[in-house]
Amino acid sequence: MSSSYFEHDADIGIIGRGLTIEQSFEAAAHAVFAVITNIEAIKPQTAVVIEFEEADLELALVIWLNQILGKSRELGMVFGHFYIHRQDDHWHGKVLGEPWRDGLERGVEVKGATLTMLSVKQIGPIWESRCVVDV
Amino acid sequence: MNIQSLKALHSYLWTLPKSKDEARAEILLYGSQPLLASMDDKVLEQIANVAALPGLVGTAMTMPDAHWGYGFPIGGVAAFDAEQGGIISAGGVGFDISCGIRCLRSNLKLADAAPLLQRLADRLFATIPAGVGEEGNIHLNPQQLDQVLTGGAQWAVKQGYGNPADLEFIEENGRAGGAVPDNVSELAKKRQRGEMGTLGSGNHYLEVQVVEKIYDQPIAQAFGLQEGQLVISIHCGSRGLGHQIGTDYLIMLAKAANRLGIRLPDRELACAPIKSPEGQRYLGAMNAAINCALANRQILTHLTRETFNEIFPQAVLETLFDVSHNTCKEETHEVDGKPRVLHVHRKGATRAFGPGHPRLPQRYRDVGQPVIIGGSMGTGSYILAGTRSNPAFASCSHGAGRAMSRNQALKQWQGKTLIQELLQQGILIRTRSMRGAAEEAPGAYKDVDVVAEVTEQAGLARRVALLRPKVCIKG
Repeated sequence: MSSSYFEHDADIGIIGRGLTIEQSFEAAAHAVFAVITNIEAIKPQTAVVIEFEEADLELALVIWLNQILGKSRELGMVFGHFYIHRQDDHWHGKVLGEPWRDGLERGVEVKGATLTMLSVKQIGPIWESRCVVDV
Repeated sequence: MNIQSLKALHSYLWTLPKSKDEARAEILLYGSQPLLASMDDKVLEQIANVAALPGLVGTAMTMPDAHWGYGFPIGGVAAFDAEQGGIISAGGVGFDISCGIRCLRSNLKLADAAPLLQRLADRLFATIPAGVGEEGNIHLNPQQLDQVLTGGAQWAVKQGYGNPADLEFIEENGRAGGAVPDNVSELAKKRQRGEMGTLGSGNHYLEVQVVEKIYDQPIAQAFGLQEGQLVISIHCGSRGLGHQIGTDYLIMLAKAANRLGIRLPDRELACAPIKSPEGQRYLGAMNAAINCALANRQILTHLTRETFNEIFPQAVLETLFDVSHNTCKEETHEVDGKPRVLHVHRKGATRAFGPGHPRLPQRYRDVGQPVIIGGSMGTGSYILAGTRSNPAFASCSHGAGRAMSRNQALKQWQGKTLIQELLQQGILIRTRSMRGAAEEAPGAYKDVDVVAEVTEQAGLARRVALLRPKVCIKG
């Protein structure tokens, strides 16, 4: 599982890769929150469940990332650990993190994932999920 | 951008000739040859897609600060006629709905205020919630949030945030009609409950600026501007709520495209006929987000005044004007000699009504609407005035536009070093994010002087004043 970035004029392109679709989604979420803070410093104190229905893999990626970002703002938390499982069109995720506290690095706010450069595809044995996030 | 494919109509106006099999309207690109050459090729691809949307009136246009956006290019302008099957596009409005700039003029002179600017910077940084993870002091229950979404800045003034006099100088007098809070998802509303009165992050800022140069004395006088005067610019938008509305409707409209008979070359152009149920639902939600943004800037205006008055008890901050960048608004424009009611999308573009326009406040009716082109934290910003002869559905540039990506900027600058360098230039930066500071380095932006000059040369607006930053609060 790995995260990386690609260029966009005004915002940031994020890439998640893994051996399964789910792993690539988890890596994509990792890429998003690594923009927001030093993700290694986040303690997995509290778990938050993310659930949704979506048949389209690409739209599911956008919904997954935006649901996490929405929970982050709603609960005043920052997340560093991401798990998701798919059964047919039902997606069940769990993210772990903690409330913002002094000492956590303040990076850049990610307002949301977009449909720009959006793709979820298999390249050889690896699944790759990517999109541009709006900052 | 490969400008070999373009045809110059004059030095500041270009078009992209159509191939025989292209079923699209004409495209007009405002800008100088160097500005166009510096744009990403994606700008051309995106505006060509816009030109193929149903019900487009006239031409699809880009402003001199255009760059690669989401579906529409940032700096894209397009008008649609609801009576002729015209569409409304979530991608044509963008994610940070009604992101814009509130400009306040003060009665303070830099020469008098300079000794206290450091204290002012510290206090503004303490009182203006800015940056990732920062919440405001205003927490709304669901009923109160719905009131924000229908009331906009008018709601904020009723709650004691600012003065009734502010409202005259905000587009739509501070309240967009047609807002339907029920069309806004619960997730969008939950995201906003702690975000009212917050600045955000990225390219958002609150700047204390000095009027360094006046280009047009009579208009500057009407705007209440003179050299050496301090003004304040607040750049922010509809925060998490606006973004969630954008996402919710992009997905909904993209899925509905086939059923609505719309071919989408790019899913982010997701749209619906204005008169369709889907189009009306998006309009209701988008207007709610506009009101959220207007209320947000009104609250920040109030917080700014309180902070100024702590340090300068004699300070009076009046709203010069409040412009929105990411909107679709119903307006009447003359097309082929006849007035037509159009839905004008401005994605990263500013409305710029010329002199005599009935929707301008009386104070500016003879000189045109104040237009603000925001620059970077180290260079400057411009105040311009709308022109009667504006050929772009009364639209013009909104900012300098990025010259390089955030990743490239991170490789080139370090936040701490940059802040020190700006301090040596007399600019006080306050931020919690060194990464954010590096990404927003002045060198990562195009030359705002060129954008403003070209905007004037293209006949979109005329320069009135140049503002230089003295204090910048960044998210």
